[in-house]
Amino acid sequence: MAVSLAMTVNGKPVNADVDPRTLLVEFLRNNLGLTGTHVGCDTAQCGACTVHVDGNAVKSCNVLAVQAQGANVLTIEGLIAEDGTMHPMQAAFRDCHGLQCGFCTPGMVMSAIDLVNRHPGADEATIRAELEGNLCRCTGYHNIVKAVRQAAAVMGK
Amino acid sequence: MGANDTATMTSVVGQSVLRKEDARFLTGTGQYTDDVSMPRQTYAYFLRSPHAHANIDSIDVAKAKQSPGVVDIFTGADLQGVNGLPCGWLITGTDGKPMNEPPHPVLAQGKVRYVGDAVALVIAESPAQAKDAAEQIVVDYDVLPSAVDSLDALADGAPQIHEQAPGNRCYTWALGDKAAVDAAFANAAHVTKIDIVNNRLIPNAIEPRAALAHYDRANDEYTLYVANQNPHVERLLMTAFVLGLPEHKVRVIAPDVGGGFGSKIYLYPEETAMVFASKKIHRPIKWAAERSESFLSDAHGRDHVTHAELALDKDGKFLAMRVHTTANMGAYLSTFASCIPTILYATLLAGQYTTPAIYCEVAAAFTNTAPVDAYRGAGRPEATYVVERIVSQAAMEMGIAQDEIRRRNFVREFPYQTPVALNYDIGDYEQTLDAAMEMADVAGFPARKAEAQKRGKLRGLGYAAYIEACGLAPSNIAGALGARAGLFEAGQVRVHPTGSVTVFTGSHSHGQGHETTFAQIVAGRLGVPVENVSVVHGDTGRIPFGMGTYGSRSLAVGGTAIVKALDKIVAKGKKIAAHLLEAAESDIEFRDGKFTVAGTDRSKAFAEIALSAYVPHNYPLGTLEPGLDETAFYDPTNFTYPAGTHICEVEIDPDTGVVDVVAFSACDDFGNIINPMIVEGQVHGGVAQGLGQALREQCVYDRDSGQLLTGSLMDYALPRADDVPSFNVATKVTPCTHNPLGAKGCGEAGAIGAPAAMMNAVMDALAPVGVTHFDMPASPYRVWNAIRAAHGHA
Repeated sequence: MAVSLAMTVNGKPVNADVDPRTLLVEFLRNNLGLTGTHVGCDTAQCGACTVHVDGNAVKSCNVLAVQAQGANVLTIEGLIAEDGTMHPMQAAFRDCHGLQCGFCTPGMVMSAIDLVNRHPGADEATIRAELEGNLCRCTGYHNIVKAVRQAAAVMGK
Repeated sequence: MGANDTATMTSVVGQSVLRKEDARFLTGTGQYTDDVSMPRQTYAYFLRSPHAHANIDSIDVAKAKQSPGVVDIFTGADLQGVNGLPCGWLITGTDGKPMNEPPHPVLAQGKVRYVGDAVALVIAESPAQAKDAAEQIVVDYDVLPSAVDSLDALADGAPQIHEQAPGNRCYTWALGDKAAVDAAFANAAHVTKIDIVNNRLIPNAIEPRAALAHYDRANDEYTLYVANQNPHVERLLMTAFVLGLPEHKVRVIAPDVGGGFGSKIYLYPEETAMVFASKKIHRPIKWAAERSESFLSDAHGRDHVTHAELALDKDGKFLAMRVHTTANMGAYLSTFASCIPTILYATLLAGQYTTPAIYCEVAAAFTNTAPVDAYRGAGRPEATYVVERIVSQAAMEMGIAQDEIRRRNFVREFPYQTPVALNYDIGDYEQTLDAAMEMADVAGFPARKAEAQKRGKLRGLGYAAYIEACGLAPSNIAGALGARAGLFEAGQVRVHPTGSVTVFTGSHSHGQGHETTFAQIVAGRLGVPVENVSVVHGDTGRIPFGMGTYGSRSLAVGGTAIVKALDKIVAKGKKIAAHLLEAAESDIEFRDGKFTVAGTDRSKAFAEIALSAYVPHNYPLGTLEPGLDETAFYDPTNFTYPAGTHICEVEIDPDTGVVDVVAFSACDDFGNIINPMIVEGQVHGGVAQGLGQALREQCVYDRDSGQLLTGSLMDYALPRADDVPSFNVATKVTPCTHNPLGAKGCGEAGAIGAPAAMMNAVMDALAPVGVTHFDMPASPYRVWNAIRAAHGHA
């Protein structure tokens, strides 16, 4: 009872037959080998699995793969330019030491990009409120907030 | 390129060099355990006890074995001959007897003792099939009464959890001179008493525990990938104590690990059962815990119930302290559980103060809860919380300013021998207090408080002047205190023929940034660019040995082992240079990456010496081996003593009980610092965890059923970005006197200082409404109730 799935992931078309209960995050990690998207919880609380579906940040552990049928999915692996240049958000996280163990980082970066897209001039309070759905246990959020502000300044140009 | 990428070689130590590891983490190319896969791998699921305490009358796996995709199922009955998991520290009680140390089976043997206790290992072709099959296993439980609270477990008539631990007592242990303390209390002008609970926490590293076990029949060798903080210790305990396997036939790899905070130090049942099963089924087995499993089965932290008394003279000088603590060990002794509320707790009760007499008694109880072990700070946050809460309360009772009571009691002469075994080598507590007060703008606080009052809000300022003991400490002394492991660290420096360097360290990085910090040490010493130094960690197959990362020991102990290996590299390099330069070895100086004949301009670059070592055509082969690859083991002569003052400012809405942490300032003395950016990040994270404990986090088991009520991230409140402020952090330096780096350690300080600082701020804010104490976390419910109670409402 596998279902046929077709979507675009990081700009490339992908097709697969999957068990209908397959989550989008399982499809990305297990079928496509895109292990940069992580699973940190089972209640859609931690945000480590955040990816973009049709431009919106989505917790991919909370979406069936079939729900992304025909969608355009962007993961952390798809952010870097062909010449190796990091997205301004990735660069800002590095420059501001916005990551430690790195496990929440892909989801945090994907959420942060979405938040800056929606709130280009976000202040600290807005950034903190908008990142409420992404847990980090290492950084105390201080440098993440700093990184998002720095990236927002670059992305706004 | 970041602004700091171009730091020059000589000044690279002390610079905020951007992290080498970040590129892979930021591009999704990190390799955490669950990202590793092997051909033909199977998937594990652990069936866990739904009961807190029950006898297992029978387990029927027949139907489950017919479930689609099932490869095999193991229960306790299949593990006959496999030993229990060992505890790494033997505590001797006040009665002179060793602690009660009941078996900790890998899979339940006839009885389950907490909700989450592993009962069966189900292996299938997919995780979903393993989980489906587990539902077909029929376990006949005879449910027994349970005790989850440590005081309940020690009470008369409590259900007996282990035959080997009468009354559920693991040990009663004491430290200090009781008679001297009693005498001092008899002559005290003032006595402050406090009853406090250090709330039970669940660590919640964002990467859940995971493992991948593989048995290679061709070579009779095992490989275990595991999310773990100290792979060599994991291997030693698993092979020598539990499974009886040859240590050299097991390779343990802890690849990228997504945070630990203590919870990944230990040898757990899951990976042990998987290694055992991997040989039985001849296929790799993978397991990644679901978060709910992490809540149930990761070792928890804290859970102390304490009564403390402080005796003071009329001027607020501390005369003595008396402490009684009941510590919850959980259902089984986890790897280091026994030393946390004893060796790492009672020894810290002097704090930064000259209290001349201290006596502490600790009762450790088995309960029907998950095992409790080290969690960021491990004993030291608990000690700091007792000391700084009671000092703060004493100051309020005696009308002495919070900074003043601390100044009157600071240790000012070093080395200082405390009455609780530790010998502080160096510190300057007044310096960090003064700096923290300036950072927190204490002078401006009355105006801020008055302004808040106009808005109907209560403002408070709280201090915590903490000390910690890090870099655990001479192996022989630890051994005399009951440690069953050494506490040294190993480092290997391999210089390649072209002069680039690979460092193999027994420390493990799971967020701490060792790949950068350790590279800076090597670059600074050898004069090679940071980019030319790689750091390898977390692999027993590549690293000589290691004790891993915990207790803020990586730089002070692991870093020093690398320095010792570098000393050997430089010493050998001088011999090679002396030969090439036709000079006496004693005339060779090494500086800025060059070996020079003193007083001349004749020199050889480091890379030339490296090449000579591997292409020894012109080389003293008769007296010197080729190659440039040195290993050192370093066993510290003392603990290190990081210390500092944290000041927290809160604003409380008395109508709702909501606590807003409006400012947090931390001035810490970590000794010499290699990478300030990384150190600041460690403080930020530690403070957030400490504020999490004080503000939000609370593990709750139902007292009747023993069910874990806070079993998901929807019930257990980790601090989120909007719960904490940006932090104000700074450092002062008194270099550690007994390691060549002068380093003390910084990983736990925030989690140690923050809870007391925040709760002292809360009590300061609530003093005007008559509240003097309640226990963490300061949730709106507890704050609101405390205010109501102070107003005479029940």
